Amino acid sequence: MTTTHQSKEPAVTPELAAEYGLSLEEYQRMLDITQRTPSFTELGIFSVMWSEHCSYKSSRVWLKKLPTKAPHVICGPGENAGVIDIGDGQAAIFKMESHNHPSFIEPYQGAATGVGGILRDVFTMGARPIANMNALRFGSPDHPKTRHLISGVVAGIGGYGNCVGVPTVGGETNFHPSYNGNILVNAMTVGLADTDKIFYSAAAGVGNPVVYVGSKTGRDGIHGATMASTEFTEDSEEKRPTVQVGDPFTEKLLIEACLELMATDAIVAIQDMGAAGLTSSSVEMADKGGLGIELDLDAVPQRETGMSPYEIMLSESQERMLIVLKPGREDLAKAIFDKWELDFAVIGRVTDTGRLVLKMHGETYCDLEVGPLVDRAPVYERPWEPTPPQADIPASEAPLPGPATEVLHRLIGGPDLASRRWIWEQYDSQVGADTVAASGGDAAVVRVHGTNKALAITTDCTPRYCFADPVRGGAQAVAEAWRNLTAVGATPLAITDNMNFGNPQKPRIMGQFAGCIQGMAEACTTLEFPVVSGNVSLYNETNGEGILPTPAIGGVGILPDASLAASVAFKAAGEAILLIGDTVGHVGQSLYLREIHGREAGSPPPVDLAAERRNGDLVRGLIRDRAVTACHDLSDGGLLVAVAEMAMAGRIGADIDLPAGLDAAGFLFGEDQARYLVTATDADAVIERARVASVPVLRLGTTGGTSLTVGGTDAISVDGLRTAHEAWLPAVMAGGADQPTS
Amino acid sequence: MKAAVIVFPGSNCDRDVSVALEHATGHKPAMVWHRDSDLPQVDLIVVPGGFSYGDYLRSGAMAAQSPVMREVVARAKSGTRVLGICNGFQILTEAKLLPGALMRNAGLKFLCRTVDLRVENADSAFTAGYAKDQLIRLPVAHHDGNYFADADTLARIEDNGMVAFRYVTPDGAIDASGNPNGSANAVAGLFNEGRTVLGLMPHPERAAEPLHGNTDGKPLLDGLVEALS
Repeated sequence: MTTTHQSKEPAVTPELAAEYGLSLEEYQRMLDITQRTPSFTELGIFSVMWSEHCSYKSSRVWLKKLPTKAPHVICGPGENAGVIDIGDGQAAIFKMESHNHPSFIEPYQGAATGVGGILRDVFTMGARPIANMNALRFGSPDHPKTRHLISGVVAGIGGYGNCVGVPTVGGETNFHPSYNGNILVNAMTVGLADTDKIFYSAAAGVGNPVVYVGSKTGRDGIHGATMASTEFTEDSEEKRPTVQVGDPFTEKLLIEACLELMATDAIVAIQDMGAAGLTSSSVEMADKGGLGIELDLDAVPQRETGMSPYEIMLSESQERMLIVLKPGREDLAKAIFDKWELDFAVIGRVTDTGRLVLKMHGETYCDLEVGPLVDRAPVYERPWEPTPPQADIPASEAPLPGPATEVLHRLIGGPDLASRRWIWEQYDSQVGADTVAASGGDAAVVRVHGTNKALAITTDCTPRYCFADPVRGGAQAVAEAWRNLTAVGATPLAITDNMNFGNPQKPRIMGQFAGCIQGMAEACTTLEFPVVSGNVSLYNETNGEGILPTPAIGGVGILPDASLAASVAFKAAGEAILLIGDTVGHVGQSLYLREIHGREAGSPPPVDLAAERRNGDLVRGLIRDRAVTACHDLSDGGLLVAVAEMAMAGRIGADIDLPAGLDAAGFLFGEDQARYLVTATDADAVIERARVASVPVLRLGTTGGTSLTVGGTDAISVDGLRTAHEAWLPAVMAGGADQPTS
Repeated sequence: MKAAVIVFPGSNCDRDVSVALEHATGHKPAMVWHRDSDLPQVDLIVVPGGFSYGDYLRSGAMAAQSPVMREVVARAKSGTRVLGICNGFQILTEAKLLPGALMRNAGLKFLCRTVDLRVENADSAFTAGYAKDQLIRLPVAHHDGNYFADADTLARIEDNGMVAFRYVTPDGAIDASGNPNGSANAVAGLFNEGRTVLGLMPHPERAAEPLHGNTDGKPLLDGLVEALS
């Protein structure tokens, strides 16, 4: 079969294909599949399906190296989101996804539709979304665009999440000049479903109706996926029309309507229309089912007149879903969508041809074999070169320039460690009334509605580590997620990853990708913490300058009893403060070295995964047995920063001893991994349990008073720290009246 | 106490308040869809938080015109207790069951935090669980909570003891630092003249059990059960 004449469509040539992102080699590959010159609509379909964003053509060979299985994994990567068993017939469904390029061009809508998209990925599978998280990276705080971007992104995330009624319970925000021209906006959603009510995307049942629901299709977001697959240049602002526009109210209706339909037995398969819209949803449903789909594009609800088949297929209008219904269930389904006042249209049928056939105005605009479109998509084994190792920097090269508390004051009131309250107060973190802990702790804790269980959720990555040593950095990102979940008492279950990197055609960048994957795989294996979903965002470069490699990790764990959740705040005066894990004083790539000595240098801290596991298992046991009263993981900024965070949260001071024989700077500000601070009323019991578990433990000091005192004489008031900690971000956002000192 | 919760398509605190009411009364409240105009006979009607019809116009403006709200207004006028929380408060002002309006927060941003409040008037079914001048803490989460009324209306509100809760500092003082959204007279919760209708921006249903880390909202619900059973 061929397509009938499309006189209004441009003729397809290699030159035109190149404009749509297909290389000459890819053009030839397309011709090998079609055996004829494709129509313009077909070219558009190849172009988006074979874009980096949809095909993972540069990353696929590497992603296969990640462990994805565990007894509790119900569905790993490949579906809309990952699914894990959380007991009692319930499943947690989650994924993290980037919306980097759109958010840089149009921060409010870019971030808002990022949230909308990830929500759909989760409720498509039958889950009610119960928590949103995010991982944000902005450029230097004094870069002229940074304030505008923060302001728009945060308002966009809040504007969407607050309206749909899903609490935004946490996340992370970093600043680094490498993101000046290419911010990262990674959004994560966690949902809750019954294990016997999980929905997949594989079409089935020849003749079954294919139904379109949600918003009408417009011309917005055409070729968004292709945009996300190229580098930025000076004129990227011109791509603003490719950014979609979100409508959270419609999304809320869509969630409720889909969940209502899912409670019936009407659905065979369901898929959201995300990147590449109707194209990728219909192709994926047909491909996964090994069947064909024929669509009548005249039936697609449209909000603009005169749309071409190409535009309808490539539109990334938001809040739309594609559903294959069981025969005869159309009326039942339509009644539900009518109730929620959403569009509902039967736009096609499942066929046995294995072909995607698109008709409009009585003509055939597309007739493609689905299998090869997916199976024969290009896969590249891009050349890569390993990142050269960095030298270790001895702590003696970075002595304390003054009292430790002055250094602490600068760090805690600086860009990386200052409070993000200005951001998270714009997010409704409590809607649902199941939030046990939101931003400000090591991990968010959200009760599983109607039970005593809770999910713990965190997002983590330390990009400067990944840049200096991708293998260590990749392992550290996974280990830190595992540690943060452990620090609230949860059993870590699985992760989603959002791989944000530069141009994969550069061997140096591909080496960063390969290294991070290697480190992540090692950590996932040792910690039994598999990857169940993820997203890759490449070409995060502007004018040839790449971002720091940023494999953002979203981790999910389970607490059998929400009331067991530990928090970071000191609870009472007179309690022992104990440091769990080994401290050698590694200052390379530490915030201390960068902020105080102006050196972003050296090797990042080694990651001993066996120690990570041993130490974490001990801490989790202590929390579950209520043997500790507070717990905090050690990460950015090191030991003294963690003590200060616990003191500020509890508004209680502490006396900290300096052990002999260790360099003070390394001890207080080094970023050795696999460490926790806990407080206890019975320190000896904790020390004994650590000894039995062969875990290093150090009695560090005692809580109490209103100051933080180090080594007996060097003191600073907790209120003073708090003021510095809270002042920085509001000052930056108010217009740089009080710019960072670094 | 029998209760009904009004459900607009964009309501998103309907389930939360329903759970809190169930805990307080021992049975589930009736959930009433926005297109229904036959409301069951109940002692309390709750208009919950959320975004009613998206609130792309003015928060609560469209909801106030919906079929179910005509019935809510009629019931309120015949003395049925009506509680509007957050978006519910906005809807009750738009429906003229309460005077004044809720404008965009003075800081122009959505704001989610736990605030300090003072109970101004404990002489109502809604506030009987508290003592006058008691200091409590409740979470707020809104973009449009900046209460406004003209000078005459404010005077009438104050003269008639219509302020239920006021935003205060942790010490109980009324000043700008304790007022999260710029509300006139620091109004956080407002009665009608008969004190049979209450609108408030804070969310008592989010501070109603130990896991919330705060149970200061529970006396409001328990007080209602006590008064209306």
